[in-house]
Amino acid sequence: MSIKVLRPGLLTTVQDQGRHGLQHIGLCPGGAMDPVALALANALVGNPVGGAALEITVIGPELLFEEDSLVAVCGAEFQGGFPHNRPVLAPAGSRYNVGRAIRGARAYLSVAGGFAIDPVLGSRSTYLPGAFGGFKGRSLRHGDMLPLNEKSSILSRERFNLLKKTRNGTTRWSAPPQTLPDREPIVIHVMEGQHFAEFDAGAARAFFDAVWRIAPDSNRMGFRLGGPLLARAGSGDLSDEILSGPTCLGTVQVPPNGAPIVLMADHQTTGGYPKIAEIASADVPRLAQLAPGGKVHFARCSLETAAELRRHMKERLAAALRGIAWEYGT
Amino acid sequence: MGVVPLGDLAAYVEFSRTLDLEVNAMVQRLAVAVHARGAPFIRDVVPALGGLALHFAPDFEGNCAQAAAELVELCLKEGIRSAEDVLRTVQMPVCYDPEFALDIEEVSIKTDLSVMEVQKLHTEAEYRVLMMGFAPGHAYMGGLDARLAVPRRATPRAVVAAGSIAIANEQTVVYPYAISGGWNVIGRTPLAVFDTERQEPSLFACGDRVRFRAIDKAEFIKLAGKR
Repeated sequence: MSIKVLRPGLLTTVQDQGRHGLQHIGLCPGGAMDPVALALANALVGNPVGGAALEITVIGPELLFEEDSLVAVCGAEFQGGFPHNRPVLAPAGSRYNVGRAIRGARAYLSVAGGFAIDPVLGSRSTYLPGAFGGFKGRSLRHGDMLPLNEKSSILSRERFNLLKKTRNGTTRWSAPPQTLPDREPIVIHVMEGQHFAEFDAGAARAFFDAVWRIAPDSNRMGFRLGGPLLARAGSGDLSDEILSGPTCLGTVQVPPNGAPIVLMADHQTTGGYPKIAEIASADVPRLAQLAPGGKVHFARCSLETAAELRRHMKERLAAALRGIAWEYGT
Repeated sequence: MGVVPLGDLAAYVEFSRTLDLEVNAMVQRLAVAVHARGAPFIRDVVPALGGLALHFAPDFEGNCAQAAAELVELCLKEGIRSAEDVLRTVQMPVCYDPEFALDIEEVSIKTDLSVMEVQKLHTEAEYRVLMMGFAPGHAYMGGLDARLAVPRRATPRAVVAAGSIAIANEQTVVYPYAISGGWNVIGRTPLAVFDTERQEPSLFACGDRVRFRAIDKAEFIKLAGKR
């Protein structure tokens, strides 16, 4: 009762909605980089929306399903694999074999019933820097046997039987993708950060004018941005230390070398670099769908607009979830 | 008190832009009080050096900065506990053996103190955790003897061993994991600083008093073996 890893892909980890309430001891929430795609993948197989799924990054894995499994893949589109954004019954012995991501960077694969792994500090998310959570605190490797819930195959068949399906083991309908980038540069809304006014006027302008490129050394902790170097006002160097303060998901900080870093899911909880901007929370999942080399442009927005975007995002997701529930007859 | 939004789902309530130990201690007690109120839309209350951050659940509707300000003002009005109520002392064994104390020679040269004096000054002081951050269980502790104040290393190490005790400026830290870091390493503890199996995963919390106790290598090995 497990999924066998024939090829791990670039970075395949177990992630759920993250572990919250521990930032005061320095532990960030972590969890899925694109929680919207995670929620859809889970809903499509009848799991709780915040449940654990596989986060597949840029180059996908090859997985062998040992028994009948109802699965769904949402988020980035990869070469090969199962049809996206819909429930698929993978019969015992079937393989999920994908190549590179064609559109987006991260896909979420969920299985009805979920994985049989214990939560650590309230979450099944893999926290790579601390080597805990998820599957043995690490990304999947060749030969791993990822254990499934013991009722997974029963639940898979039961749930699939509730649906109107096609002969090839899936459905005619699919859930609309919500976070995939259309055309690059993607536009991401940001608010001015705590130290925005401390940057010189040229740097502030450059931040909003530039097309930024996600640098190769970006990861789940942060996206480094390639583009113009940003200087702080006055001295022209960024070495004046500011008092370390709290950071959060989507904080854009500028270290002394002037190249901004966007803090992502596994970010540090405090930082001593000036914060030039904060990404609207509704736009973080879309940013998470950029791979290294991907291009982004920042548009200034107000706190009110960011709250409005958050509401829209929530409504769109709720509508998609209602649609899925309707197909299941619930 | 100033309130700065940290994006649309968090706010930073700032009391000081420079390190003021009294403000810092007040912020920590205030954070305990805010957390204790258990507001349903607050996910995290994070005390920092000069203020505290409140992180909101994504389904919160409304203005976070305003809600944070109101919550904090309410707590301040009701009064926060006195410093004496929230004291805890953490004892931490440290081995200053040259094998672990990679930078103690350099610190000794820069401070014009002998290696033994560096060790003695480091163990004699009582520290207080000013802030948790950088990594899980990573505590920034104030109280380092001014004679030991040296800047951070010009080039950070790519990997500092887990448990390494390091100093820079007037603070000391303990690295919970093998991570990159630029502080001057002067010893190592055999204890696990952060352990998810424990009831309280982190050995340190904001406001803790901390004392270091020098141990020899034999005791280090013995204590490390118990983990």
